[in-house]
Amino acid sequence: MPHAAVLTWLDYAIIGIYFVFVLGVGVALRRSMRTSTDFFLSGRSVPAWITGLAFVSANLGAQEVIGMGASGAKYGIATSHFYWVGAIPAMVFVGLFMMPFYYGSRARSVPEYLKLRFDEKTRALNAVSFAVMTVFSSGVSMYAMGKLFNLLLGWSFDGSMLLAAAIVLAYTFLGGLTSAIYNEVLQFFLIVFGFLPLAFLGLRDVGGWDGLRARLAGLATANGFPAGAYTHAWTYMDHASRNPVGVEWFGLLMGLGFVLSFGYWCTDFLVVQRAMAADSMSAARRTPLIGAFPKMLFPFLVILPGMIAVAATPDRSASPVPPAEASAGALAGMGQGIVPVKRDVAGHLERDTRGHPIVDYDLATPAMLLHYFPTGLLGLGLTALLASFMSGMAGNVTAFNTVWTYDLYQSYIRPGASDRHYLNMGRVATVAGIALSLAAAYVAASYNNIMEVLQLVFAFVNAPLFATFALGMFWRRATGHGAFTGLAAGILGAAVHHGLSLPAGAAAGFKGGYLGVVTTYPSELAQTFWTAVAAWTTCFVVTIAVSLGTRPRPAGELTGLVWSLTPRPREGALPLLERPAVLAVIVLAATLTLNLIFF
Amino acid sequence: MTDLDVRLPIGGLFTVVGALLAGYGLRTSAEPAVYARSLGINMNLWWGGAMLLFGLVLLGIAWRRGRGQ
Repeated sequence: MPHAAVLTWLDYAIIGIYFVFVLGVGVALRRSMRTSTDFFLSGRSVPAWITGLAFVSANLGAQEVIGMGASGAKYGIATSHFYWVGAIPAMVFVGLFMMPFYYGSRARSVPEYLKLRFDEKTRALNAVSFAVMTVFSSGVSMYAMGKLFNLLLGWSFDGSMLLAAAIVLAYTFLGGLTSAIYNEVLQFFLIVFGFLPLAFLGLRDVGGWDGLRARLAGLATANGFPAGAYTHAWTYMDHASRNPVGVEWFGLLMGLGFVLSFGYWCTDFLVVQRAMAADSMSAARRTPLIGAFPKMLFPFLVILPGMIAVAATPDRSASPVPPAEASAGALAGMGQGIVPVKRDVAGHLERDTRGHPIVDYDLATPAMLLHYFPTGLLGLGLTALLASFMSGMAGNVTAFNTVWTYDLYQSYIRPGASDRHYLNMGRVATVAGIALSLAAAYVAASYNNIMEVLQLVFAFVNAPLFATFALGMFWRRATGHGAFTGLAAGILGAAVHHGLSLPAGAAAGFKGGYLGVVTTYPSELAQTFWTAVAAWTTCFVVTIAVSLGTRPRPAGELTGLVWSLTPRPREGALPLLERPAVLAVIVLAATLTLNLIFF
Repeated sequence: MTDLDVRLPIGGLFTVVGALLAGYGLRTSAEPAVYARSLGINMNLWWGGAMLLFGLVLLGIAWRRGRGQ
């Protein structure tokens, strides 16, 4: 456990100034919220560079900053696959091929697009599952924040959570989606400036990239991998046993690169909502493409510090710890590099099934902050950490209040009311969303296993989604009955595959195998990727089969909703660098280059 | 920009925080113990200065655009 940091007046002043500015944005925008479109969709008036940065910042929550740092410490540079394979191609696809339908159909949400394209029951299934998921995601983020700041600074778990929730509530209640988007852009720059010195100081300390590579080579061989396994993204992906991720290249490309990434970036309303707020079709299409530029560089901001954390020396006056001793240190309960081991509430070491202490990789990035940042800069780093939690929370709440008001309340509870009524309902839903998130955080704190089960269910629900959208947008014969049945079958397919498989070394239970063990995967990630592939394939096949047996909608009703019946956006008059196709080529070329550099 | 230039709050925040950090960095520049954790580099001065500059540039752009409207 890291020692609780002692903050000075300067550190607290920086945190306080940040709070004042994010609240100021909400106050400044409150008079602009005159209609429900202003509140839920920013009046569709936000420029592309702002929606582009908000597109990636809304996703820059705790999962990204803390989770990817932890994965960097655990898997090394292969974690960059979550960006260069698991995000960028899907962001290019949604910008080029799917945004014309989302934005052009004038749908106010992703579930509403499903209603326009398919039918009411498909929309309801997506809206209800999405609303529940956003509340729980926000709650898990709050719980992680309260726990982390309690551990790092000794702050009250309840106090830190309630303070962050109150500030997010204030600025989203006052300024709606615009306030959330503006603050996401502010938080984006704050996170970049807060974490960049971490990579700089850490790299300088371990002797640059060459020094880091040398230190991690020893750690890799001590853990039974080839020397370059932590610093090469692709070289050792030929077999699951040769890389720390425990996945081979085909499973990675299909499970992460296709099903999971397209399922998230192309269909999740949390990110698509930012593009829907853009001021033109061209701006909406450029939104994910502009966001892709910083997104492809995030590994250097969030993964690299995690890699440095396991290679750095706890006592800087001492010589670097030999890799074999670093592993031995972890076994003796000293942690790995500067990453501490897990301890229970009583302070006792937590051990795995072999009796070895468990390294707490989730503390890799926070441990780096405490290790390298002096007074002042530490306040900035902690503010950046807070900003990441708050932007994730605000993103979830603004997506929740829109789906609740438009897709559930207006559709099924109170249709035909005035616009003013729905604007007020949006504000009520914002308060309810924050309150439910807090409740979810306390559920997470009390019943850890409940959250594991819920996250598993969410994974099952998300995995088949892209098959439904792809068929809906690119096959005019797809029907509402086909889409609904396919989605339900895909969710069931995911549950069955998970229930019949287990990751190596795990016992039957939350990790799978509850229906019997037919196959064993080399790692949890491999099982996750192949479960997603099973769900997607089931959904795809069932949707086609049921659609062919049911009556399609007339072509006249599908104009603007499917590829073959929608006029292509004309963008020849735009400057070269504002054309989505040109931006897409630059993004893909840059991503390919990064993959080759770290091959 | 809807109704508030987003550069204003970002520029304002970075200017204030950057000035605070750089000022503290100047005040403690003769105290190497403060910077033992950051490898002896006065990160408050350098990084605070960079933030201050970034904030002022954003405020300048917002001011020029506001004047042009």
